[in-house]
Amino acid sequence: MDEKGMIKSFDMLRAVKERTLPRLDPESGGKPRVVVGLATCGVAAGAQGVYDAISTELEKQGLNDVLLVRTGCIGICQFEPVVEVSLPHQSKTTYVRMTPEKAVRMVDQHLLGGNAIAEYTIGAKQ
Amino acid sequence: MLYDENQAAGTVRSLEETDFFHKQTRIVLRNCGVIDPQSIEEYIARDGYAALYKALTDMTPDSVIETILTSGLRGRGGAGFPTGLKWKFASGNRGKVQKYVCCNADEGDPGAFMDRSVLEGDPHSVVEAMAIAAYAIGASKGYVYVRAEYPVAVKHLGIAIQQAKERGLLGRHIFSTDFSFDLEIKLGAGAFVCGEETALMTSIEGKRGEPHPRPPFPAVKGLFESPTILNNVETYANICPIILNGTEWFAAIGSEKSKGTKVFALGGKIKNTGLVEVPMGTTLREKDIGGGIPKGKKFKAAQTGGPSGGCIPASLIDTPIDYDNLISIGTMMGSGGLIVMDEDTCMVDIAKFFLEFTVDESCGKCTPCRVGTKRLLELLNKITEGRGTMEDLERIEELAAFIKENSLCGLGQTAPNPVLSTLRYFRDEYVEHIVNNRCPAGVCKALLTYKIDPAKCKGCTACARACPAGAIIGSVKNPHKIDTEKCVKCGGCMEKCRFDAISRD
Repeated sequence: MDEKGMIKSFDMLRAVKERTLPRLDPESGGKPRVVVGLATCGVAAGAQGVYDAISTELEKQGLNDVLLVRTGCIGICQFEPVVEVSLPHQSKTTYVRMTPEKAVRMVDQHLLGGNAIAEYTIGAKQ
Repeated sequence: MLYDENQAAGTVRSLEETDFFHKQTRIVLRNCGVIDPQSIEEYIARDGYAALYKALTDMTPDSVIETILTSGLRGRGGAGFPTGLKWKFASGNRGKVQKYVCCNADEGDPGAFMDRSVLEGDPHSVVEAMAIAAYAIGASKGYVYVRAEYPVAVKHLGIAIQQAKERGLLGRHIFSTDFSFDLEIKLGAGAFVCGEETALMTSIEGKRGEPHPRPPFPAVKGLFESPTILNNVETYANICPIILNGTEWFAAIGSEKSKGTKVFALGGKIKNTGLVEVPMGTTLREKDIGGGIPKGKKFKAAQTGGPSGGCIPASLIDTPIDYDNLISIGTMMGSGGLIVMDEDTCMVDIAKFFLEFTVDESCGKCTPCRVGTKRLLELLNKITEGRGTMEDLERIEELAAFIKENSLCGLGQTAPNPVLSTLRYFRDEYVEHIVNNRCPAGVCKALLTYKIDPAKCKGCTACARACPAGAIIGSVKNPHKIDTEKCVKCGGCMEKCRFDAISRD
């Protein structure tokens, strides 16, 4: 079955699922996944600028294997813009109240350097 | 409480580890903030369209209805009508008559945004559920009525429908069965009344969005005079998990008469604003995941149900929140907006706020709503301006009862609720406005006077410079005075004073 073909049976549905699951779970796919909340609430808080900054920095650093994904609202309005980073063999990190500057630092230190920036995470003292 | 507990030295790094997340049960919001809403593949990877497959190949239309019926799912739009029953009423004459499946995404309650969130974050869940509903009642065409003020939701839903069509998950012979279903978006122009089912369908037909009397109910004679079901976004978002996981799984969540979860939009005087999904029957106290009230203020009440609802006073904070309990304490579930109010909130002012909204949004078709709500608002204005009498309270109650009984649609029938509910639990506050010309919360401007305590005033002139009306008189280093004739009661002076010399009563 081709990538964008019609789904006419359960097997075809399952094939799409199995092909896509690694995207959602870096543990099985091996690729880092960066998710930016770009629902109305996120956009209002400036998430588009954060997304663009990450996108530019990824390109600049040549991190072509990082999957940068737009997502909806996760429900924590007062923490927007929210960015979640999942790396293989690491637990997920939720960055809150991100700015384009913080996002660039996150790409450099976390994605490139492998060290999460604790002070930007949801668990940090706000 | 979100951040207080997690300050434990930055060990918490992800949302899933926070209390805020732990206390939730995510069914409706299962994919929101997880998947890319513009990717049908990611939706499928989270078991998307598996429920549709199961329904079409493994279940008869009647068994789909039976499943939804026994799950106990009730309409999340506010009134809480059993969803399965609604489907059953529309299920006769399958294949013989044209039928429609509609989705109400005309979310209009101030402070509620869960439907927007689902459409923006997980649009396929609504598309798939509507296809299942169409199979169940024997419809071949559906409409999503979504407000034009939700551009991201409209865009994501449009992409989802397009992708589903390209993959053959909408259209003719879905999963190689005899079932065909097509879905279309209709944009609403922002009228609150179009969230009412008969007005919504009239609007889809291209006519002026006004309600009409029921019966006939939409299940008999709805869109284009055909049998129609209309469910809310959040209701649809529950359908696929019920089909996949079974009725017992769903019925085990929630309270005795209200099954499953409810998404609440927490807003107002609360630290953690946002969307939470908790089992039905959770109390407001347990919703402490909201993190409590900022600045150490006291909880006074929570408003549920928006302009159609009422308030839950502090004394009832332990009431398990489900459809029936809320009705019994004089409010309603509504779409799930939950506005928290602290001691600085004037309940008369709140009632006025919601009534102003319904007065603006009344479509004007029936007199009790068009004229009645306006007269009711005038009575409230009288009270907040210090011109009210005790007889006015009786007039309010009489008029409110009349509007509720005689209005044509849900908008008018529920419009007096915020007034009646605040009057029920905070009558003394109304009386204080009337008898002592005082607003205890210090909100109603006409009843306030600002005073400078000469003993505390150092004559720094900060207040005089801040006053936009030139109402503060006095020279440097001498106590100042407020000219109450000129004072516009903006409170600017009080904010500027560093010596706590200005008081308000």
